[in-house]
Amino acid sequence: MSESLGVTPAQTVGPYLHIGLRWPDGPYVVPEGTAGAFWLRGRIVDGTGAAVVDAMVESWQADPDGRFDHPDDPRGARPPAVAGFRGFGRAETDSEGWYALHTVKPGPLPTFDGDTEAPHLTLSVFGRGLLHRLVTRVYFPGEAANATDPVLRTVDPQRRDTLLARPAADGFQFDIRLQGEHETVFFAV
Amino acid sequence: MSQDAERKLILPSYRRDDVDAHPPLLSPGYRSTVTRAPQQPLTYLPQRLTEVTGPLLGEGRLGELDHDLTRQHDGEPLGQRIIVHGRVLDGDGRAVPHTLVEIWQANAAGRYRHTADTWPAPLDPNFTGVGRALTDAEGRYRFVTVQPGAYPWRNHDNAWRPAHIHFSLFGRAFTQRLVTQMYFPGDPLFSQDPIFNSVRDERARQRMVARYDHAATRPEWALAYEFDIVLRGREATVFEDEDEDDDE
Repeated sequence: MSESLGVTPAQTVGPYLHIGLRWPDGPYVVPEGTAGAFWLRGRIVDGTGAAVVDAMVESWQADPDGRFDHPDDPRGARPPAVAGFRGFGRAETDSEGWYALHTVKPGPLPTFDGDTEAPHLTLSVFGRGLLHRLVTRVYFPGEAANATDPVLRTVDPQRRDTLLARPAADGFQFDIRLQGEHETVFFAV
Repeated sequence: MSQDAERKLILPSYRRDDVDAHPPLLSPGYRSTVTRAPQQPLTYLPQRLTEVTGPLLGEGRLGELDHDLTRQHDGEPLGQRIIVHGRVLDGDGRAVPHTLVEIWQANAAGRYRHTADTWPAPLDPNFTGVGRALTDAEGRYRFVTVQPGAYPWRNHDNAWRPAHIHFSLFGRAFTQRLVTQMYFPGDPLFSQDPIFNSVRDERARQRMVARYDHAATRPEWALAYEFDIVLRGREATVFEDEDEDDDE
């Protein structure tokens, strides 16, 4: 194996991210009309409580069976259980800081040590003023598996609810507070 | 648990970045970080199924001329025509093949085609400033574009961004996702730019600077720059026998 190279450092997407990163179908993890689909919406605010209007959220998740159509899923890559499922979503915030992703709930996942991960999405947050992406996870309310989820268990109980989406009219709401009181838990991966 | 079942749950693992590899989220010289950087330390996330997989986005996302920013309109954009090429590698120098590379940039006058960019430099009707490409089997990509201009940005007194091209990379796993900026060698604006200098380590900073590549120029047509991008590598121990069958 060759010698380790240094990684290229991250830099901010800056305020003009929309030029390069806007996809017309970005928010659609699953196509419109998919059975069981819902909107995951949320507002991103900064340390002063102001809306973050120049950010972008990306999501990645398993399909409803808890599978990934990816060669590194050791259970074997498998076409998704839902037609048109991309697993990936990308949504910019609007002029009031809201993003919206159209998706389905992922299945639970096995872990290497015999645990079960509760259904979750992982999110990357990019934006002006963010020199590197922020990584967080979205869990769903009322899932029995949340109580034993190996990631949630490691999070300070006082802050755990920042990772839980709330029911909303057409799906779920997951707000992201970048800084300060009720700051969202962000992860180092 | 049977031996077979155990093997099925073995996951690849990606090296964690060194502390100095990326800029600190709070870099007060770049003013916007002051209200946007989290104050709590990041929580350690073990790499599990969601983190070691990721979107493998393919050809369906690319138009025929997405790699050539000089041929996306009726006429050619103004400015110095340049070729920007390089490889996407992992930390062990292995190619990252068939991965999506997205770029965006200002035009030759330093103006972005964006409603939020209103400084008095001209837009170019023949330049949008967005490009996409997939790396080939050896991890190579190639764009044709024009040299972006520098522009003022009000972060501090008489602040100017050095010329740069934004790069967005997926790699093959969520852990490898990276957005960075490519800079041009010898730019006199480096010394006053808090975004470039947010990367504390000098050697790491230089990894964001392209190399002028005379061998890749095209005579009577375009100058060239080479910019290799290094994403996180995998831990060596996990993959004794995987190289044989993970190429596709």
